[in-house]
Amino acid sequence: MRYLPLTPDDRRAMLARIGAPDLDALFRDVPKAALAPLTAFDLPDTQGEMEVERTLSKLASRNVAAGAAPFFCGAGAYKHHVPSAVDHLIQRSEFLTSYTPYQPEIAQGTLQYLFEFQSQVALLTGMEVANASLYDGSTATAEAVLMAQRITKRGKAILSGGLHPHYAETVETVAGLFGPMVRGAVTPGTAEDLAALIDEETACVVVQSPDVFGLIRNLKPIAEAAHAKGALLIAVVTEVVSLGLLEPPGAQGADIVAAEGQSVGNGLNFGGPYVGLFATREKFLRQMPGRLCGETVDAEGRRGYVLTLSTREQHIRREKATSNICTNSGLCTLAFTIHLSLLGEEGLTRLARINHAKARALADRLATLPGVKVLTPAFFNEFTIELPRPAAPLVEALASKGVIAGVPASRLLPHDKSVQNLLILAATETNTDDDFAALTAALKEIL
Amino acid sequence: MTMNNQGRPSGAGEAFPAGIATISGDRGLDHEEPLIFELGHGASGVDFPDVKVADDRLGGMRRKDRIGLPGLSEPEVVRHYVRLSRMNYAIDSGLYPLGSCTMKHNPRLNEKMARLPGFGDLHPLAPQSATQGALELISQLMNWLTTLTGMPAVAMSPKAGAHGELCGLLAIRAAIASRGETRKRILVPESAHGTNPATAAFAGFTVDEVPAKPNGHVDAEALKAKLGPDVAAIMLTNPNTCGLFEGEVKEIADAVHAAGAYFYCDGANFNAIAGKVRPGDLGVDAMHINLHKTFSTPHGGGGPGAGPVVLSERLAPFAPIPLLVVDGKGLRLIEDVKAPPQGAKPFGRMCAFHGQMGMFVRALTYMLSHGRDGVRQASEDAVLSANYILASLKDVMSAPFGEGPCMHEALFDDSFLEGTGVTTLDFAKAMIDEGYHPMTMYFPLVVHGAMLIEPTESESKASLDCFIHVLHTLATEARAKQTERFAGAPHLAPRRRLDETAAARKPVLRYKPPQSFKEAAE
Repeated sequence: MRYLPLTPDDRRAMLARIGAPDLDALFRDVPKAALAPLTAFDLPDTQGEMEVERTLSKLASRNVAAGAAPFFCGAGAYKHHVPSAVDHLIQRSEFLTSYTPYQPEIAQGTLQYLFEFQSQVALLTGMEVANASLYDGSTATAEAVLMAQRITKRGKAILSGGLHPHYAETVETVAGLFGPMVRGAVTPGTAEDLAALIDEETACVVVQSPDVFGLIRNLKPIAEAAHAKGALLIAVVTEVVSLGLLEPPGAQGADIVAAEGQSVGNGLNFGGPYVGLFATREKFLRQMPGRLCGETVDAEGRRGYVLTLSTREQHIRREKATSNICTNSGLCTLAFTIHLSLLGEEGLTRLARINHAKARALADRLATLPGVKVLTPAFFNEFTIELPRPAAPLVEALASKGVIAGVPASRLLPHDKSVQNLLILAATETNTDDDFAALTAALKEIL
Repeated sequence: MTMNNQGRPSGAGEAFPAGIATISGDRGLDHEEPLIFELGHGASGVDFPDVKVADDRLGGMRRKDRIGLPGLSEPEVVRHYVRLSRMNYAIDSGLYPLGSCTMKHNPRLNEKMARLPGFGDLHPLAPQSATQGALELISQLMNWLTTLTGMPAVAMSPKAGAHGELCGLLAIRAAIASRGETRKRILVPESAHGTNPATAAFAGFTVDEVPAKPNGHVDAEALKAKLGPDVAAIMLTNPNTCGLFEGEVKEIADAVHAAGAYFYCDGANFNAIAGKVRPGDLGVDAMHINLHKTFSTPHGGGGPGAGPVVLSERLAPFAPIPLLVVDGKGLRLIEDVKAPPQGAKPFGRMCAFHGQMGMFVRALTYMLSHGRDGVRQASEDAVLSANYILASLKDVMSAPFGEGPCMHEALFDDSFLEGTGVTTLDFAKAMIDEGYHPMTMYFPLVVHGAMLIEPTESESKASLDCFIHVLHTLATEARAKQTERFAGAPHLAPRRRLDETAAARKPVLRYKPPQSFKEAAE
């Protein structure tokens, strides 16, 4: 087997040093009845690289990649162009095959990029501190609600109807153990009245902007309403490129920002791995979940970086930890950091403007189709249209014509009859005029 | 120049004239590297047209202030991150004996496969008809995981080991609730990973610690005595964190089941027994599998991982959405928690979308490459290598649990350092000067000054012999009170020991431009 260096001779020599007659002798603590013969596993035997590559390539070819069709899916995962340097750099052995930087003297590479990552996230979100990542946007949102429950010592969370339904379900599954989770009304294209739901038992209000239908929300009035009742505002961002053009949540009074960072540096990957961004105010630092990297000096006074404030974490605090998280999204944070470094201030703001311009152009084109209504008045690169018929079968029909038209709202909210004619579409810098023409032509044909 | 017994030069590189610093501050191939923020100068590493959006549709929410990101060209960015990478130790550059972490070789074929556009560029909410290959891959991986573990079901969405633990405990919670019961207590051995008690608390349970016996095994009698009507589950790692197989596991499982509780197995150490022992035969109800350990998806400096959870017949109905089913049209994801298939009672959702697909591709590639015989051989070689280390070092280092055999990791304590003035930390840091990443230190907590060594199956005998020689010599020197090399080690790394106390006392967690320091001073 090409990955196993020991030869039969090596194994014999090693067993001799150990003083064991055979390999089975090393498994003597395992009850005999629990040792399964190889034949107990109905699985194939070793294969060469070429055969494995053939099998996997065949599976991959049965999927329609985003780059292989006019493509308009968003709803929490976005197709962006990732510069070639990003993937090359993250595959450097020293990044790819290192562990969590528990030995800082020989992990300054990882630690310094985590410090850069935290700095970038804090700047983008307009917050004071950010951690070294969580799994993804949805679990970051759940952690944010748990953190708000700890800070306020209250249980109730109000989840905006514009919060991505997968995020809402994730929050309910985890934080629902510690208090009631109240969902706001689903009002595609408009902001529901959240202030009315906030009371003295409310730990936090969770609002996504742009929301799952693409609508840009003004967080300021919600922050004020929440703070007036002693509750926190958790701002959720699923498309971080929007922060290149939009007022950051930190400037709108958010107490915690939970975001999905996939859009920067990371591929679609059928939903994972992604990277959860998590930022907050300095006063809540010790209630934060996840790893934090901090600056310090070494014994010779040189600047260096270490994991810090680990008394919040499970490996020190066990059941009193702020979270159970251990492994996070290390390499995805590196991809994020490198991509954002390549973009820089100018690149990111230009990219954001291009995205907005593309989406605006697409919305205008679709609005000319008979029976199609654009529902989202203020959006970044994603918006919702109303079709004359249920969207899901139309999307399937368009897929068979080679156009991946977007995400039907019914896929996310299967029980809400009021959204069954709605289609959520995203347009990014990767979309061309030809894509727009293909979509409008195909849609015209089947409507 | 001095030479060691293998003919390698062993001098510390004293060629540069003493007391003279380099002009640049760099030292040959070792470069000092500023923060990316300190390198920015208004350049850009991308070329985009400057599209104006005068008539924006942003609802008046347009950003007013600059973000503060540095601007650099591509060559500058590339050089910066290449220089940073060179400050890291990695499996690709050396033996990485971190116990409990399973730093095995990461085959590059796996990386290549994960980047096929059909996987890497596939949207999670693309029409299911356009994702059949991805669903088929998940289905095949599920078959591997259930077959290797002898368990009937698996939940694929958990994103790491601790997330898998949470998934398992939430399934247990739901199963208990469905019986109309409330059970609040979870038994966790004191040798457990910190994630176990943290997860139990996270899932709303209280934690009751079970002591270890002097031989490193869980105290089965103490455990049985703690069982009662309020016990929801036990969380047991097997092989345990001392590197020992819990031989009484079946009796423990039977007692747990008789008390109406569930057996959660922490599968962090499954790599010792994969292809040899099926946890399903041991009475396990739920176990997460760290795809980034056993099935070699790269650790990437701390993630991403993946933690699918295999489930027993009793827990399978409570698996979270999404669920993968076969229907007339092929494979289909059930994403609706309120309309599960017949018999399913999903407890909820662990995360958005369907789990760590990128890790699934890598893990299945690993499995297909190894095959069942290779998986079994890998486990055996990992155990063999750990025992080889134990046998070769037990005369100079102290093995708290005797002669062995151990499983995939060899545990030592610090009693061999008693009276030498050298601590476990000093010993480990001296390894850095020798070109090795230290072993896991001070864990498990049941052993004083623990040093946990996991060589994995990826090391050649020559590599193991070299490592053993270094550790043997270090231990011999320490015991002879030749302690110069230990005090203040490492000396030859990119950094000397870092002041972690200062970092925690006055946390500096982000770059702040000099300007804002000035403002703060004013």
